[in-house]
Amino acid sequence: MSALTALTVAGARAGLAGRAFSARELVDAHIAAIEAERGLNAFVAETFDRARAGADAADARIAAGEARLLEGIPLAVKDLFCTRGVRSQACSKILSGFEPPYESTVTANLWAAGALMLGKTNMDEFAMGSANVTSAEGPVVNPWRREGDDKALVPGGSSGGSAAAVAARLCLGATGTDTGGSIRQPAAFCGIVGMKPTYGRCSRWGMIAFASSLDQAGPLTRTVEDAALMLQAMAGRDPKDSTSIDRPVPDYAASLTGDVRDLTIGVPAEYRMEGMPAEIEALWAEGVRWFREAGAKVVDVSLPLTRYALPTYYIVAPAEASSNLARYDGVRYGLRVDGDDPTEMYARTRAEGFGREVRRRILIGTYVLSAGYYDAYYLKAQKVRTLIARDFERAFESVDAVLTPTAPFAAFAIGEKMDDPIAMYLNDVFTVPASLAGLPAISVPAGLTGDGLPLGLHLIARPFDEPTLFRAAGVLESAAAFSQRPPAPGATP
Amino acid sequence: MSIDRDTVVRIARLSRIAMEEDALEPMAEELNGILAWVEQLGEVDTEGVEPMTGAIAATLPQRDDAAQAGTPTDDLLANAPEADDGFFVVPRVVE
Amino acid sequence: MSADGYRIRGRDGDWEIAVGLEVHAQVVSEAKLFSDAPTAFGAAPNSQVSLVDAAMPGMLPVINHECVAQAVRTGLALEAEINLTSVFDRKNYFYPDLPPGYQISQYSRPIVGRGHVVLDLEDGAQRSIGITRLHLEMDAGKSVHDRRADATCVDLNRAGVALMEIVSEPDIRSPEEAGLYLRKLRSILRTIGTCDGNMEQGSLRADVNVSVRRSGEELGTRCEIKNLNSVRFVMKAIEVEARRQVAVIESGGAVELETRLFDPERGETRSMRSKEEAHDYRYFPDPDLLPLTLDPAWVEELRAALPELPDARKARFMAEHGLSAYDAGVLVAARAIADLFDAAAAGRDAKRVANFIMGPLFGALNRAGIEVEDCPVPADALGALIDRVSDDTISHQSANTVIQAVVATGADVDAVIEEKGLRQVSDAGAIEALVERVIADNPDKVADYRAGRTKLMGWFVGQVMKASAGKANPRAVNEALRARLDG
Repeated sequence: MSALTALTVAGARAGLAGRAFSARELVDAHIAAIEAERGLNAFVAETFDRARAGADAADARIAAGEARLLEGIPLAVKDLFCTRGVRSQACSKILSGFEPPYESTVTANLWAAGALMLGKTNMDEFAMGSANVTSAEGPVVNPWRREGDDKALVPGGSSGGSAAAVAARLCLGATGTDTGGSIRQPAAFCGIVGMKPTYGRCSRWGMIAFASSLDQAGPLTRTVEDAALMLQAMAGRDPKDSTSIDRPVPDYAASLTGDVRDLTIGVPAEYRMEGMPAEIEALWAEGVRWFREAGAKVVDVSLPLTRYALPTYYIVAPAEASSNLARYDGVRYGLRVDGDDPTEMYARTRAEGFGREVRRRILIGTYVLSAGYYDAYYLKAQKVRTLIARDFERAFESVDAVLTPTAPFAAFAIGEKMDDPIAMYLNDVFTVPASLAGLPAISVPAGLTGDGLPLGLHLIARPFDEPTLFRAAGVLESAAAFSQRPPAPGATP
Repeated sequence: MSIDRDTVVRIARLSRIAMEEDALEPMAEELNGILAWVEQLGEVDTEGVEPMTGAIAATLPQRDDAAQAGTPTDDLLANAPEADDGFFVVPRVVE
Repeated sequence: MSADGYRIRGRDGDWEIAVGLEVHAQVVSEAKLFSDAPTAFGAAPNSQVSLVDAAMPGMLPVINHECVAQAVRTGLALEAEINLTSVFDRKNYFYPDLPPGYQISQYSRPIVGRGHVVLDLEDGAQRSIGITRLHLEMDAGKSVHDRRADATCVDLNRAGVALMEIVSEPDIRSPEEAGLYLRKLRSILRTIGTCDGNMEQGSLRADVNVSVRRSGEELGTRCEIKNLNSVRFVMKAIEVEARRQVAVIESGGAVELETRLFDPERGETRSMRSKEEAHDYRYFPDPDLLPLTLDPAWVEELRAALPELPDARKARFMAEHGLSAYDAGVLVAARAIADLFDAAAAGRDAKRVANFIMGPLFGALNRAGIEVEDCPVPADALGALIDRVSDDTISHQSANTVIQAVVATGADVDAVIEEKGLRQVSDAGAIEALVERVIADNPDKVADYRAGRTKLMGWFVGQVMKASAGKANPRAVNEALRARLDG
């Protein structure tokens, strides 16, 4: 592994500023790493020429003393973001060949801050999945292995390609999107940091929609500070997104003071899930201890409706998705399978273009919105969602952040949990509640399972209180001192 | 409430997703599994609770009434499976 | 109320009809409802389409403030409740000209609630038609079926244009009332400038719900006739549909709740053969948009800024100018005409101006095939022309010629008068000379006249006019003849 690919975003910024290396050298090192790790299937498009050209321009700006926040920092972009002239297909066959004539606001913000795109990353089709096994481009391989076991593991999902790429040192950071845990769960599975901001903090414009009331862009990085730097560039009000919020973006990195003595951390008993491995429970207790040692107050807090969050999510998200995905009809872009009339053409196109999980969710979503079932399912779920959000509001009257595990288990082998959709859905049991309530949350790598796989701890904060979230996460990161790395390149098949 | 084969046919048609005859029963089973699981929401008392339709409480922003030129027609049609003289083309609609 | 008289005579008794209208009115705005693409009519296909209108992946709607204001203005003009919080829902269905696969509309919480429209019936009575609601929604694109034999072509220029759907109660009792309602609504929309009311271009379209019942019974099952684009078609469709329903019921059948199309050529309605199962639109609040909230103070500002509405204007025309209710009603039916009258009547005999507008001007517009709303005659030209008649510069007859020329070419009134030599001869000496000549040439007729055949006066006038090549002032000719023959 090249020393340049082992850097953090913050470290690379310092190195570039001090002329220890050039942006071009930094980019070339990452291109070499990607080329060496194509077996991970993390990237679905490589934009190396563009990254090199951008690096040369970045070097010129650095030389001119005009470096911006992320000048010359090579990143990867989830295939869910529309990038001008570069395939943007949500890893779905139905968007085959789609190259948008526009750039998403979040990626445009990153490029305006000087960041460079190495390529587009693999993901679950339309972000529907928790193991990156629903991608039309094939599964992503987690760079981690169980000790003494060569079986390929999932990276989590849906931002599996981004998480694997960051963990394998193929990029310094990556964008992800999180609807029910799609940033945080793969971050936990891959031993990196994954952060979902408050709903409305990042623009959704140009991000291919899955569930509009839940989707948020966020960073996947190797440190909390890097996540703060990336979010700094990504966030902000966008007049093109009616749900993006007009609030100033604070200096997130500056919030990383390392001091949590004024904070109260809540531990919700309801996250103690039946059948959860003891080592996850133990790591959670360790987290509590770390916060106490850092001087924070840790208290029990109750989030009584936690167990209803997942079923609520699996009504709300498919309902919105069934409507959001209606535009994929073979008329204006993407796949078309011919038929005698438009109705037949649509039905064939969509049967052929959508994978099994996407089809399943569209059908469920259509059903719960249909006449006679709307009240029983969709309306009911939206009411429970109100109560779940109220649970958090009440909790945040007495605590500043909530600490939970990120996922109820570590990475599993590709092919496992495939038969039972609900078993797969359980991946997101701890991440979904914050998504429903629109709250900022972060997963921090905090330990290893007995067989050597990374585990994450998860913090949730008040709306728009990303500074407190980053501050607490920074302390957790320092205390956990997670330093393990996945096997070196080439060790994977 | 449970989904039978005919219900799958109905929602597949509403969703415009063609389904093979032999996929209907298995799909009905899968969907029933999910529905049975989500039905635990019935345990929650939601009497008098307002539904949450968005994750943020804010007012709807509005844009000024200023028209910009449309997307260049060539760009608009660039990704279209079939286009003809400025139009998108679909199989003939049978009225 | 004259409309109460409308009955369909069935085989064994009379039937009443109950009609409600759903009017789709295109909102006057520069940009579309949720995108910044332009709304102009008649552009090249797919040249006025934003990425949002084409539902490209990741595109999001942002509402146009002016469209909201237009809906509120319309609600205020209909004396309706303005809902300070309203919600946009998605109406889900697939059609090639509906790119997102859903129409953004308002379902359970529209921006405008109950209001009403007052109709002026021909006998001077009034009837109030209830407005159920008004909501904002986006238009679809256009599917062109006659361009290619093998395929349908889709133009998205209209996709996303703002529409107001204005729903009436089933209060309308005759085809005539439906016509009056539609005209009145159009006049209100045009007066406040929220819709241009152009039915040929589809800016105003109506769906009509028709049911029939025997006098005093409950409302029967209704049928909806879709997409009628003229007042005449609306009236005709109601009439033929009501007759069809009566025939169905009287032959022992039952009217089915369904959507029908009106075929103007055959003068009949027919069922839209739908192979599809009943529509299931799966409405739900659009998660890309938040509830629309209005500031009450802003609503009051819009109320204060509304122009004079047709009813108020009509009352003013009657009070200020002594016009009859009917004449005042005709003048306010089209805003352009009411404005023209207001400007031209200032400092002139208002009744004369009103008569000139409803006579020669409407005649000239009709002849030129121009809608009264699009009347191209400026008020100063109209005023000048009326003045030329008043001061005997030209005859009434010539005024028709002039107004036709002004309507057709926009020519200057005085230039037309000179060019066509319409100036009439009022000079006493010139006219007397002509009179002398006619009398001298026709001694026998003079004798007859003087013997008591006074009807010959008309003949003499005609002869003098002929001798003047039509240019003599008929009044002066009359006077001169009388002085000479009777004196």
